[in-house]
Amino acid sequence: MEIAYKKREPNLEVVNMNTKKRYDRWAIWTMLFPYASLFILFIAVPVIIAIILSFTYFNTVERPKFVGLYNYIAILTQDEVFLKYVLPNTIKFSMIVGPCGYILQFLLAWVLAQIPKWPRTIFALIFYSPSLTSGVAMTVIWKVIFAGDQFGYLNNLLLSLNIIEKPIQWLQDPDYLMTIMIIVALWGSMGIGFLAMLGGILNIDPELYEAAYIDGIKNRFQEIIYVTVPSMRPQMLFGAVMAIVNAFSSATIGVDLTGSNPTPQYVGQLMVNHIEDYGFLRYDMGYATALSVLLLLLIYCFSKLANKMFASND
Amino acid sequence: MKYQGTKINPSRFDRSQIKFFVILSLLSIFMILPILYIISTAFKPLDELFAYPPRFFVRKPTLENFRALGDIVTGLGIPLSRYIFNSILSSGLTVLLSVFISAFAAYILSKKNFKSKKLLFEINTIALMFVPVAVRIPRYLVIEKLGLLDTFMVLILPLIAMPVGVFLVKQFTDQVPDSLIEAATIDGANDFYILYKIVIPIIKPALVTVAIIAFQTSWNTAEPSTLYINDDSMRTFAFYLSAITTSTGNVVEGRGIAAAASLILFIPNLVIFILMQSRVINTMAYSGIK
Repeated sequence: MEIAYKKREPNLEVVNMNTKKRYDRWAIWTMLFPYASLFILFIAVPVIIAIILSFTYFNTVERPKFVGLYNYIAILTQDEVFLKYVLPNTIKFSMIVGPCGYILQFLLAWVLAQIPKWPRTIFALIFYSPSLTSGVAMTVIWKVIFAGDQFGYLNNLLLSLNIIEKPIQWLQDPDYLMTIMIIVALWGSMGIGFLAMLGGILNIDPELYEAAYIDGIKNRFQEIIYVTVPSMRPQMLFGAVMAIVNAFSSATIGVDLTGSNPTPQYVGQLMVNHIEDYGFLRYDMGYATALSVLLLLLIYCFSKLANKMFASND
Repeated sequence: MKYQGTKINPSRFDRSQIKFFVILSLLSIFMILPILYIISTAFKPLDELFAYPPRFFVRKPTLENFRALGDIVTGLGIPLSRYIFNSILSSGLTVLLSVFISAFAAYILSKKNFKSKKLLFEINTIALMFVPVAVRIPRYLVIEKLGLLDTFMVLILPLIAMPVGVFLVKQFTDQVPDSLIEAATIDGANDFYILYKIVIPIIKPALVTVAIIAFQTSWNTAEPSTLYINDDSMRTFAFYLSAITTSTGNVVEGRGIAAAASLILFIPNLVIFILMQSRVINTMAYSGIK
């Protein structure tokens, strides 16, 4: 890490007067206050409330009633939809969109680093731009490409090539919905994490490569394994966290694409949709927040795993 | 094989790069087709939208869809310009405020010594994993308790605290030499002055990056308008787009209008990113989690 990051010099307190210290404390709290208070209000407190409510029965009308671990037990033993569809779907979706998207991001960033600056900038822009369309705009496009009638581009293409005989209801058909969700999520996944990895690769000291070749590295694959990845571990970790977050945040696309919650036969049903189903449609807030807590735990476990893989050795 | 210098970040084109260009070109077609589709459809006249077989590119471009977009809104009683104005105002304020509070917080977390500093930064790093959709319900309860429902501020406040923003700016501020700040302190400068005159000019690329991320989040999201606001005159353009796509997006004539609206939503993002991209890449070199 010595190369990419200048080691910070030990911060010696040069001026050690009492007045300065008091002033410092004032500056620290005034400058930290705006961020800290908003962070607490909109990030920390909601998470804490979620944890507390998850131990209650709460229908938004009556006061929450403490029910202990009931919600969690119910999720894990009685919720057939959760166990049969939501959990497997979530794991499948996030395992593919997370790790595969991540590897794809790294490979793309690496390939981009092999070409001169101008074309690189243009390609990077093309790969990054889908992540700009996130949310509503995205569904506008994909709904038409995968439209179920013969006006849909994919149906039209396949019909004209005589691959299929009649239009396929791509978005309503349980056989295809999950695949389409994954493709759409991967398409939009080249976000900040991707840019971070590109920045990381370009920032590696060229002398490291030279030294590695003197030490006996033979090909470009070894170069990636022994030089590129180890030298940009911090960016790899940042990219991994971003990929995980992206995989879970894009989890509403099943409902966005089909326009219904629950999705047809629950094939596109993910944790986030299940939470909304219980929270905003059935008003069982205790149950819904228990699901939220499980989701946050799941994300945390994934990130810990990434941490294990890429944490700096020093 | 004799080592001939690294091939990473080459300064000029070489024949050995052709294979990379081929891979990149093929992939970029897949990436860019949907975007070309929006642009092309937004300018399609009605008969081309209905054409069978559907044609990808527009033949006779027209602004009809954009005009129709304006007409629908008048039907709802609130003009399109109002939604756009709300979007511009709320995104603008979100960008401004998030840049400032991120710079403040990052400066303290990077350059001050106090007991809980490490812990606070650690908490912020954990919060990078925070997925807002997961806690929509408790967030709603907090916003309700604060009395922010149906206020304009609810479009802004929940979006300003961005862990990823503070994280990036803090990593970048670590590059500012401590000696520079110590010298200014000895000269009697206070922290706001130091931040404004010394630190901010150096960390500008990181602040630009935060601004871009904040803009994208605020400009693209329909969530606050949908969940926290009932008054149509306070809702944003992203909300308007999601409303018309659910009502018209599935019928053929609605596609042109939906595409026109998507294009309006997409263009500012793209333009801002194009103008700022070199600074963003520059920031990202310091983005690592150690």
